[in-house]
Amino acid sequence: MRITVTVDGTKYTDEVEPRTLLVHHLREKLGKVGTVVGCDTSNCGACTVHLDGHSVKSCSVLAVQADGCEVTTVEGLARDGKLHPVQQAFHDNHALQCGFCTPGMIMQSIDLLADNPDPDEQAVREGLEGNLCRCTGYQNIVRAVRDAAKHMSPGAGPEAERIAENKHVGVGGD
Amino acid sequence: MTATIEPEVGKSRRRKEDERLITGRTRWTDNITLPGLLHMAILRSPFAHAKIVSIDTSAAKSASGVIAVYTAQDLDPDGAIGMPCAWPITPEMKAPRRPVLAAGTVNFAGEGVAVVVARSSAEAHDALEEIDVEYDELPVILDLEAAIADGAPLVHEDLGTNTSAVWKFDSAEAGTGGNVEDAISSSEVVLKRRFRQQRLVPAFMEPRACVVDPTSTQITMWSATQVPHILRVMSALTLGIPEHKLRVIAPDVGGGFGGKIGVLPEEMMSLLVAQKLGKPVKWNETRSETMLAAHHGRDQIQDITISATRDGRVTGLKVELLANLGAYNGLVGPGVPILGAFMFNAIYKIPAYHFACTNVYTTTTLTDAYRGAGRPEATFAIERIMDELAVELGVDPLELREKNWIKHEEFPFTTVCGLTYDSGNYEAATEKAKQLFDYDGLRAEQEKRRASKDKVQLGIGISTFTEMCGLAPSRVLGSLDMGAGGWEYASIRMLPTGKVEVTTGASAHGQGHETAWSQIVADQLGVAFEDVEILHGDTQSSHKGLDTYGSRSLVVGGIAIVKAAEKVVAKAKPIAAHLLECAEDDLEFAGGKFTVKGTGTSTTMGDVALATFFAHNLPDGVEPSLDSDATFDPENFSFPHGTHLCAAEVDTETGRIKLRSYVCVDDVGVAVNPLIVEGQVHGGLAQGIAQALFEGTEHDESGTLTTGTFADYLLPSAADLPSFTTDRTETPSTTNPLGAKGVGEAGTIASTPAVVNAVIDAVRPFGVNDIEMPLTPMRVWHAIQHGTTDAGGPGRDEAGGGLGSIDATGGAQ
Amino acid sequence: MIPAPFDYVRPSTVDEAVQALAAAGEDAKVLAGGQSLLPVLRMRLAAPTTLVDLGRVAELRGVREDGDTLVIGAMTTHYDVQRDALVAEHAALLKGATDTVADPQIRHRGTLGGAIAHADPAGDLLAPVLALDASLVVAGPSGRRTVPAADFFRDLFTTALAPDELLVEIRIPKHTGWRAHYEKFNRVTQAWSMVAVAVTVRTEAGVIEEARVALTNMGSTPVRASGVESALVGVQASADSIAAAASHAAEGTNPPVDGNADVEYRRHLAKVLTGRAIAAAAGA
Repeated sequence: MRITVTVDGTKYTDEVEPRTLLVHHLREKLGKVGTVVGCDTSNCGACTVHLDGHSVKSCSVLAVQADGCEVTTVEGLARDGKLHPVQQAFHDNHALQCGFCTPGMIMQSIDLLADNPDPDEQAVREGLEGNLCRCTGYQNIVRAVRDAAKHMSPGAGPEAERIAENKHVGVGGD
Repeated sequence: MTATIEPEVGKSRRRKEDERLITGRTRWTDNITLPGLLHMAILRSPFAHAKIVSIDTSAAKSASGVIAVYTAQDLDPDGAIGMPCAWPITPEMKAPRRPVLAAGTVNFAGEGVAVVVARSSAEAHDALEEIDVEYDELPVILDLEAAIADGAPLVHEDLGTNTSAVWKFDSAEAGTGGNVEDAISSSEVVLKRRFRQQRLVPAFMEPRACVVDPTSTQITMWSATQVPHILRVMSALTLGIPEHKLRVIAPDVGGGFGGKIGVLPEEMMSLLVAQKLGKPVKWNETRSETMLAAHHGRDQIQDITISATRDGRVTGLKVELLANLGAYNGLVGPGVPILGAFMFNAIYKIPAYHFACTNVYTTTTLTDAYRGAGRPEATFAIERIMDELAVELGVDPLELREKNWIKHEEFPFTTVCGLTYDSGNYEAATEKAKQLFDYDGLRAEQEKRRASKDKVQLGIGISTFTEMCGLAPSRVLGSLDMGAGGWEYASIRMLPTGKVEVTTGASAHGQGHETAWSQIVADQLGVAFEDVEILHGDTQSSHKGLDTYGSRSLVVGGIAIVKAAEKVVAKAKPIAAHLLECAEDDLEFAGGKFTVKGTGTSTTMGDVALATFFAHNLPDGVEPSLDSDATFDPENFSFPHGTHLCAAEVDTETGRIKLRSYVCVDDVGVAVNPLIVEGQVHGGLAQGIAQALFEGTEHDESGTLTTGTFADYLLPSAADLPSFTTDRTETPSTTNPLGAKGVGEAGTIASTPAVVNAVIDAVRPFGVNDIEMPLTPMRVWHAIQHGTTDAGGPGRDEAGGGLGSIDATGGAQ
Repeated sequence: MIPAPFDYVRPSTVDEAVQALAAAGEDAKVLAGGQSLLPVLRMRLAAPTTLVDLGRVAELRGVREDGDTLVIGAMTTHYDVQRDALVAEHAALLKGATDTVADPQIRHRGTLGGAIAHADPAGDLLAPVLALDASLVVAGPSGRRTVPAADFFRDLFTTALAPDELLVEIRIPKHTGWRAHYEKFNRVTQAWSMVAVAVTVRTEAGVIEEARVALTNMGSTPVRASGVESALVGVQASADSIAAAASHAAEGTNPPVDGNADVEYRRHLAKVLTGRAIAAAAGA
């Protein structure tokens, strides 16, 4: 099936098998290897991206379901070389060690702050319950999210991620 | 450079590693693609023990996109290849051949039986379903005690037994202490307890993967491994590939925790298949495969006997372990329980000690290193039994520990195992922890809740630990029959423009070595932190090393860097003196500058590097190079220690546990980067707490792993853990120039008994003196109600929750 | 892992969807939010030949009022149910339970209809739907029919839906102003409910006038705890009266046994959690 997905501001049209998971489409067809697969059962959240402005586990979305939609991955966050406040906060607060869960953790953190711009510790922990980390014990991640909240303007949610210019990259084959 | 530069060591530097990781510019093994890359998928046995009657791969071979399908018959027709075990703990240790693919018999559910090579991963997995294997089931051996009983069915017929090895240490025989039987028989108080260390899954977030490119000048293997150097030499030995024709790269690796210490059948398969086809191949496992095929951790039955005087002085400790190896010997699997052998006596002065471990085969996934590797098991046993002893004697558990521990003034102290702990200050760490924890306040609250029979009871758990890390003095490894040394390597290259390139044999997978090593080099050479580049993980560039595990990278690898840097300075000094036209002895080196004593005349390390590069004006006989390397073999293990205090609330109506607070004061000597140290402690605590409360594999009676996904094997999320209060004391190590001690495993080692002790403490008034891990709500509730320790197990009914079954007709999903 | 291959149909209306399902035959599956189905497909526990994706059937999304009834389209996501003002006002129990489902990412995609049709006995939305006396509107080749929740859940993962039928609407009688609480008990936050209790009550001056109580994972389907319900009528909410009523919670149940809970423990939990849920709902 032919689908068109806008990923990090660029439109991609491709022929895909219906069974192709969005995460595999991103990684293997579009070269967006920043988003990773950590499990089979939708528990770990490492594959989290934004789909039309809301966080989703891209291992549990088919590429065909994303037809006509906008996807933002961790690779689409920085603007003109400037890190997103959540990315910066993760760095400042040592909220990552091996980094494998980090893209998903960052994407979900942004979503959680969009819904709740000033979360307390408990709200952050609950907002991240769909993202597993084996390295950090979560403490610095929680600190980072609350740190980022202080640096973000309120309501910077899905709209803030729409990019004005869409580049069409032609048709890829299978 | 100014003279007032702050030292880098001790700074909480933010990490150099982060930039790529937070922007998704990563190099996980699964990211790697090469022209014409083929994909491997492995068919795994559903049976825990069976003869393979036949394998029909014909249908699979003609499936869409399939290039080849191989079995053991194809890859190893002579049955000559055996996966390596580098630790034969006794001369008599059994060593069953572990084939790359099952040859004739499968010995655990998940063992590889055939491999499909196809143009895409999807097609490779599709073709697995076309392979027809006929099995004849054999008896399954799961229970440790049953496995060593007379007449037990055998995992490996040819061995004639399920006992792999028995390893003993006796302080009387070793001359390091008294006779434990005498001590036990003559003591006023003797306690015996059996504890169970459940089997765990290391569960690193990045599933394993491997890419082999046979088309480059050196065969190149990328692997999500902790041990690229060991993997290289072992692959060469195992497959007969000339070592100098093999290059191994650990690119970005997403966590390991010991679970990625291995030489894998899948890696060997990749090498064999790639060479056979002359094409690059990739193996990338799914999480379900990881759960089943990647090695598990822990899994011991511990029988512990402690003897003491009535006034609380420990007189003897006897440890008898049954350790589950699984179906085969892992790379270091047999040695894991032995690593704990010298840690049961822990921080205490115990006059007599005996340790015996029986390693046993069962028809399960093999076990091998997992964070702490032997030492968490040891610390758990001693810290649990110390609490039991305190109850028996009617004394406060902290007082009992203090009465028996090594006093600060007594260091260096040689223990009943013959290990010499270099330094420590258990008093200071404990005092700080007690204050941060409000120990007295919580004890008072506990009393109140007990008196009012509150439905929510409060317990306080203590764990005062030390551990032996920084693996390891090579001679000691030799005496333990470990098949490798314990040195580490570093080389420093001084570039003409004043920048520095460092290669390290350590292989980070989250530990922040690039940052911490840059700090060390910056201090040693007086160069800017930003001007140092750390190269690691590629045997072509960081060519020598023994990799990362056992909390060794800083205290062995970091010291190698220090030694190499000292050599650089030593080489630079005569050149500097020559340039400044003075005697070497007139020079002092500080802050990156060689200064003529008592004057303002100086030259920088950068100047010397450039001058060396030009080589126009060097002293006679001096090589035009400052580059230096060092291979450092530590003289002793590293002995960090700490005091961990846990307050646990137990809802006696439901058995639910809530961690009210967790305080730890750890002493890792001098901390190079306190931020990284704290992060390691946090992560270690999470894993240790998870062992106490959440994790544990389950097998059904046919040996099938029923906790085979993250839906069933429960890892905590942020919502399941509290915030930790962590602090440090700093008692420098006396056995290395940095004064540092290892930290990677400390949190995990200490925390499990702290949590379990807290819960038992909470429910002791109900007559409970043990509950087996994981302390599920049902187990806790049943313990309170019925005094059982291990309620629960595989279910009887098909239950809801998770994947369920949608074979049922009628039901649109 | 990667699912086995399947064909894919994306209808835009309910009629198209019903036709597509009929045309695709017995081994077709409906794709709603996909949060239960896709993991099953990835693990290759099922290999349907065709997926009928309801994702673009706009008429299946949304919450509206129809007189005394709240009508929720089957494809309404958990996220939308959580935030809907009508649900908060007229079916607070549903919002409370939906808050506990899985995690935020899964709630962005998962749907009420999908969860109900999947009928996992450990799923958190079945008991609330049962407790609220909902009716499920089903569309098939011969038109629409309405099934009361009490008849809809037949067995684990089995409902009254025929293979060629779709769940299109969930109709809930308005419980305006009723107080509610969903008490969930699991081992870790990501884990499925070991036992959970859905309670909604109508109170007047501290007296419980009406009560609805349903249990999650105390059987192969959700179960109404009618013994508790009748014990609560006309009762002044107090610790003792609640405990007395809650003691009926496990009556008539046949709880499953799994690694997390045996029969004795489940029955016990049902009583304790029912007491806590009533106390939270009734504000005692």
